[in-house]
Amino acid sequence: MSQHILIVDDEKNIAISVDYLLRREGYEVSVAHDGEEGLRRIRDDRPDLVLLDIMMPKLNGFEVCEAVRQDPELAGVRIVMLTAKGRDAEKEKGLALGADAYITKPFATRELVSQVKALLQPTT
Amino acid sequence: MLGGPLIVVTSFLYLGLLFAIAYWADRRADQGRSVIAHPTVYALSLAVYCTAWTYYGSVGRAVQSGIGFLPIYLGPTLGAALWVFLLLKMIRVSKSQRITSIADFISSRHGKSHLLGGLVTVIAVVGVVPYIALQLKAVSNSFTILMHYPDITMPGSATALPIWQDTALYVALLLALFTILFGTRHLDASERHEGLVAAIAFESIVKLVALTAVGLFVTFGLYGGFADIMQQAQEAGLLQSMMNATSVSDQNWFTFSFLAAMAVILLPRQFQVAVVENSSERHISRAVWLFPLYLLLINIFVLPIALAGQLAFPDGRVDADTFVLTLPIAHGQEWLAMFSYLGGLSAATGMVIVETIALSTMVCNDLVMPVLLRHWRTRSVPADLTAVLLRVRRGAIFGILLLGYTYFHVAGEAYALVSIGLISFAAVAQFAPTMIGGLYWRGGTEAGALAGLGAGFTIWLYTLLLPSFAKSGWLPMTFLDSGPFGINLLAPQALFGLQGMNEISHTLFWSLTANIGAYLTVSLLRPPNAEETAQASLFVDAMKYDRPAIGLWRGNAEVTELKRLASRFLGRDKVDTAFAEFSRNRGTGYNPAQPADAETVHFAETLLTGAIGSASARVMVASVAQEEPLGLEEVMGILDEASRIRAYSKELEQKSRELEAATAELREANTRLQELDQLKDDFMSSVTHELRTPLTSIRAFSEMLLDDPRIKLDDRKRFLGIIVGETERLTRLVNQVLDLARIESGRGEWTTGEVDLAQLIRQSIETTGQLFRDKGTEVETRIPEGDFRVWADRDRLLQVMLNLLSNAVKFVPAGSGRIIITLSGGDEDYQVSVADNGPGISAGQQEQIFEKFQRGDGDNLANPMGTGLGLPISRQIIEHFGGHLWVESPPGKGAIFSFRMPKGSAKLPASETGSSDEPAYIDRG
Repeated sequence: MSQHILIVDDEKNIAISVDYLLRREGYEVSVAHDGEEGLRRIRDDRPDLVLLDIMMPKLNGFEVCEAVRQDPELAGVRIVMLTAKGRDAEKEKGLALGADAYITKPFATRELVSQVKALLQPTT
Repeated sequence: MLGGPLIVVTSFLYLGLLFAIAYWADRRADQGRSVIAHPTVYALSLAVYCTAWTYYGSVGRAVQSGIGFLPIYLGPTLGAALWVFLLLKMIRVSKSQRITSIADFISSRHGKSHLLGGLVTVIAVVGVVPYIALQLKAVSNSFTILMHYPDITMPGSATALPIWQDTALYVALLLALFTILFGTRHLDASERHEGLVAAIAFESIVKLVALTAVGLFVTFGLYGGFADIMQQAQEAGLLQSMMNATSVSDQNWFTFSFLAAMAVILLPRQFQVAVVENSSERHISRAVWLFPLYLLLINIFVLPIALAGQLAFPDGRVDADTFVLTLPIAHGQEWLAMFSYLGGLSAATGMVIVETIALSTMVCNDLVMPVLLRHWRTRSVPADLTAVLLRVRRGAIFGILLLGYTYFHVAGEAYALVSIGLISFAAVAQFAPTMIGGLYWRGGTEAGALAGLGAGFTIWLYTLLLPSFAKSGWLPMTFLDSGPFGINLLAPQALFGLQGMNEISHTLFWSLTANIGAYLTVSLLRPPNAEETAQASLFVDAMKYDRPAIGLWRGNAEVTELKRLASRFLGRDKVDTAFAEFSRNRGTGYNPAQPADAETVHFAETLLTGAIGSASARVMVASVAQEEPLGLEEVMGILDEASRIRAYSKELEQKSRELEAATAELREANTRLQELDQLKDDFMSSVTHELRTPLTSIRAFSEMLLDDPRIKLDDRKRFLGIIVGETERLTRLVNQVLDLARIESGRGEWTTGEVDLAQLIRQSIETTGQLFRDKGTEVETRIPEGDFRVWADRDRLLQVMLNLLSNAVKFVPAGSGRIIITLSGGDEDYQVSVADNGPGISAGQQEQIFEKFQRGDGDNLANPMGTGLGLPISRQIIEHFGGHLWVESPPGKGAIFSFRMPKGSAKLPASETGSSDEPAYIDRG
């Protein structure tokens, strides 16, 4: 069974590009367009990895990340912060909240793919 | 049925009630819960001005001279406006120096002169005793009239009766007893008589209510209102004669008003309640309007009662002065008659009690004390002087009332009593130059004050009092007609040939001319000496000093000696308390062995002043302190230095205030800068984010297209389309950021001219037509006929319209969208509204959406091309032209964006946004 990746991003075009990119790599991909929907899908679908934007309506990425990390049942979900907020402070905040990686937009597609692969490797 | 015993008992009950009120107020004061520390009580106590002369006499004067009774109340009403300065200063001076009477005020101002205090006292007593007699007469007459109820009998001449049958004597004795109980509870006259003031305020209410009750009964009980009385009087020919017979010429209006305005602060009883009994300077501000209001109220029914009295007693058998009492009697209203009698009683007793207390303080401190001091210089001084002082005060009270009675008994119905109110006013008006002048002019000296007062008083005696005796038949009338010894030039009421004035105006003219003239001339003959200079400074600069200038004393004195001296007059306990408080306030304990410094000596003297007056206090302190007299030069030096120090410290305060203000400004500017910095930071961070987002898509798709040649053609086309779209978004974003930055920094380029809003709307709809058709949206315009020109930048306004329309179309449902554009005109501006049937905007977001990069929920989904700057820029544009842009969104009804623009070609926008600080502003319109 292929691994499941959830993209949570309110920017439609970015979601399309990442979706295409990861499907091509053989992952099962789904998309949520805001924080609330994202959190719900994480709880329902238990994806292996979440690509999480920070600036989103309703719930922002930090809040989603925090909620996931407080839920022991979701301990296996890996989180990659994917955001246009490039400051070091933001990055540290994301990592401190329990994100596994932090990728700044705009990103190199290869780097994104290798980062995702690296995180999903041990379980395969 | 009324009768002697009932009236007597009621009178006693009334006086008992007064005493109970006073007792209660005193108790409250002792407990520290003063009832009189209230501005209304203060204003009511001032109404002690309204005596029996007002209560009964106003009606009499109205019958005699029509509205001629009014100036007596008009004067104080107009004069009240001056109280804010004059009365305030008098109170400030008197409080700081414990001045307790007019005599002490004038004496203290002119170098603490015994002689001056004595002269003022004599003038006050001579001037006011007949006025007291008038009150006694009023009480005894009203009592006699009421006794004969239901008959109306005018009291016979009092002189016809043996003294022991004369009501007035018992009234006088009774009032003396009351006054002693009220007024000499404390020795220190500067201590306020709280109970007395409370009782006086109560009396003011009683007399007002009583007179109003009679007035209401007459006006609405006997007649059908004011108009009815007037009409009936008119028919009886009364109005005609009253208005014509008015003896009040213009000149008299001025004279009487002026006299009354002076009397209301210079009569001893007025000074007592207004200054000595004042508990807070702040009370003045209410008295300034409440006291005149009281005067107005108490005069409302005077004319109706006067007319009704004349209609009721057409034969003139009933004295008009008694109408207030006889009208109720004539109509069988026994209880109203009783109440009316009580009102008159309260007016008379209030006046007599306060006046007598004020006079007794003056007589004790300024007439008796100097004699006693001289007496004690050669003999041994009694150890405890408090008892002596109290005996003197009480004796003075009895003496004054007996004098009043004697005058009444002798003068009786004579002319000398009838017009005594104004004669008294003219006497106290003599205090005006030295008192008011002394508050503002430094040059006045003791000799000047003596000369002025002496001259004024002499002329008053000669031109007003003696003629009143002559008219009463005690002096030959030839004295009046052709002057003493037949010297016409000296005829008392046509002095030096001055004729054509009434007697009061005549007296006032000559006496004040002589008074002011002598005060000025004699004062200017010789410069003020050291003592006078020092005192003048204390009075004239009263509003500048926070506390009296001290240091004007040099010599040797011991604190124990000073205390022993003060204790003799005030009692040991009181003095101990006072000194303890004094050293606590200074923050220093005192050492009995140490010599007293100037401040302590000054304090002891002030303390004594409250009990025995300033001049006597000065003499007493001098007896225990070896004073080295200061020369005038030294006094001037000290005063100069004090004022220099004051100026210097003011300058310092000013400087430190300026510094504080500058610091605060700097701090504020700094905070503002920090806020701006933060705003700029946030803006940069937002812009970065907004730039990175489209860049992310562009990069991702480009890389994918570059890396993977196997992508299907359809996908390729789609991805390239996205890349182009995102590039456009980037371009728009960069443009808008620059645009906004220019507008905000004031470097925007505006091409202003007349813009027709109707045309503008049509053009904007044409431009966005394709958007509407694509989404199947219906567009409706509601544009009335008419002129809709505004002064603005056409392209910019079009930008706003396009923004609003594209926003609207963005949110309406596909296929069933509906947008309504409305144009309407108000008085001063036009309004354009764009309403859609989209989801609307929640209340919380309605202001947010006008902030940069704040988009509504779901905005990005519906339109990924939005930059989040459209609305902020639109708002800036509209506001630039003096308009306003806002949104309303009633739940479930979509959103309505509206803007309002001022009408027409008014040249407004550039100046309003401040073109001066917009150097790059270009107005090509």
